[in-house]
Amino acid sequence: MVTGPAPPAPVPKVSARGLGVRFHGVPALSGVDLDVAPREILGIIGPAGSGKTSFLRAINRMDEFIPGMEIEGSLSLDGRDVRRFRNLYALRRRVGVVFPLPVGLPLSVYDNVALSPRLSGVRGKDELDGIVEKCLRRAALWDEVRDRLDTLGSLLSGGQQQRLTIARALSQSPDLLLLDEFSIAVDPVTTMRIEDVLRELREEVTIILVTNLVQQARRVADRTAFFLTGEMVEVGPTEALFEGGARDPRTTDYIEGRFG
Amino acid sequence: MSTQDRPSGSPGDAAAGPPDRRDLAWYVDMGVRVLVFAGGISAIVFIFGIFVFIGKEGLGFLTGPFRPGEFFGSTAWRPTSDYPTYGILALMAGTASVTGLAMLLAVPFSLGAAIYIAEFARGRTRETLKVLVELLAAVPSVVWGFVGLTVVNPAIISVFDVPVGLGVLNSGIILGLMATPIMTTLAEDALKAVPDTYREAAEAMGASRLQVVVRVVLPAARNGLVAAVLLGVGRGFGETMAVLMASGHSINVPTSVFDSVRALTATIAAELGETADGSDHYRALFTIGILLFVVTFAINLTADLFLRGRGRR
Ligand SMILES: Nc1ncnc2c1ncn2[C@@H]1O[C@H](COP(=O)(O)OP(=O)(O)O)[C@@H](O)[C@H]1O
Ligand SMILES: [Mg+2]
Repeated sequence: MVTGPAPPAPVPKVSARGLGVRFHGVPALSGVDLDVAPREILGIIGPAGSGKTSFLRAINRMDEFIPGMEIEGSLSLDGRDVRRFRNLYALRRRVGVVFPLPVGLPLSVYDNVALSPRLSGVRGKDELDGIVEKCLRRAALWDEVRDRLDTLGSLLSGGQQQRLTIARALSQSPDLLLLDEFSIAVDPVTTMRIEDVLRELREEVTIILVTNLVQQARRVADRTAFFLTGEMVEVGPTEALFEGGARDPRTTDYIEGRFG
Repeated sequence: MSTQDRPSGSPGDAAAGPPDRRDLAWYVDMGVRVLVFAGGISAIVFIFGIFVFIGKEGLGFLTGPFRPGEFFGSTAWRPTSDYPTYGILALMAGTASVTGLAMLLAVPFSLGAAIYIAEFARGRTRETLKVLVELLAAVPSVVWGFVGLTVVNPAIISVFDVPVGLGVLNSGIILGLMATPIMTTLAEDALKAVPDTYREAAEAMGASRLQVVVRVVLPAARNGLVAAVLLGVGRGFGETMAVLMASGHSINVPTSVFDSVRALTATIAAELGETADGSDHYRALFTIGILLFVVTFAINLTADLFLRGRGRR
């Protein structure tokens, strides 16, 4: 079980002020003020369409290829405004993303994990082998795929593919990991294993975990934010929120499943 | 539905329940099935009919004056001589050189255009380009031949300072232009079939657009792209009129791109009208037809196998 909030750090990993996201002018998210401390796990819960994915997309600047998406307000990573990064590719390499549905690229298991290091110029076979094994181990997948590293990633089972995408995200050695409802297409046992992985990763990486499972936030997150119809209703220590300490009654309603 | 069509049986008969009753939907479904089947089978019947017809005419040659060594090994195509010889080596060389050059020109252009349209162009630009490419595919081949005669021919003469501009280069360019739209369209389809989630995943990892295309999209679309190229080859290989007009139509094993050549298809088109029904010459042309048929069939079959493999490998 997780204890209170991470101690406040001088420079937050992620800091949003008045953050908003619009699609073709229609607001999907607005007025978010939120700091994420280094090496904490921030859970984000909220019903579908509340703007959780939009928040993640703003962080790694996916607006670049979503037509009509605009970011307003300010959003910084390690104190730097993400909109002032001259090299977006470099920004995205620091931020690992895991999507709701596992995306095993149509490459071998090995190449899936080696793709990102290769993109940033790693060529040595030994070095790549090392990275691939390390990331697959950390994603709790190594034992299942060590003998078939050259089969297509897209042929693995759903749960394995999701761990493969986590291994791939780790291969970027990100200092921020964004997970968007990773357990949607994953069986409960695999979900538990991935949650264990996340708790271990917390030693090194800051994690933002968007989840459709309220209890998952409770199990994993240090602090939890509740999003509703494009606004952040509140954020607080997970334990407090779940033990009836929510400031807003809507949060309690959602957590207790009393929502429409 | 009424209970009329319930098979007459005792009420206790297990087979008489609603699951065994044929209703209107069942009959409509059956009718449509028969219609669709008839449509599908008729395509096969036509192909088969054509093959039988060509085969019957060609067989007269194959069992008569046909000598494989001469047919495939000799460059002397003299069907109207007093001592006729039927060597199609030069004609095959003509077809191969023209198709080969056409592909050399068209493949990079088509793949480049397809990658631009599918991966880089956005909104209006993309739609406009797609329409233009499709429009290009609708130009009749005789018009292309005309372009070869009146535009490409003088251009080759003045640029390369050669006496005649009709030959491998001219027909290669024309055929390349003709194959480009279909190859572009098919290649773009293959790229579009790659799910966007792959692109998003790779871009989220910090891959640049070009890296996404090279590392993820092209490998994923490989089979479809190979099929696109093969179907383009088939298109060039079977083209007749434009090649007839732009190639100079003289029998030659080309040693330079400016040499005039004659293609297999053009030979049939030019000579069939002047032969007597049932003569050796007439039948020899049908044998060339069989050869074209077999090669085209093989190309399309290979393309089809690649397309089928698209989802799997
Ligand atoms: N690409 C897009 N184009 C237009 N509207 C979008 C797009 N993505 C999300 N939206 C809209 O933004 C709102 C928030 O969506 P999202 O952030 O995906 O919510 P969540 O992840 O919480 O389900 C929704 O109303 C959704 O319809
Ligand atoms: Mg979402």
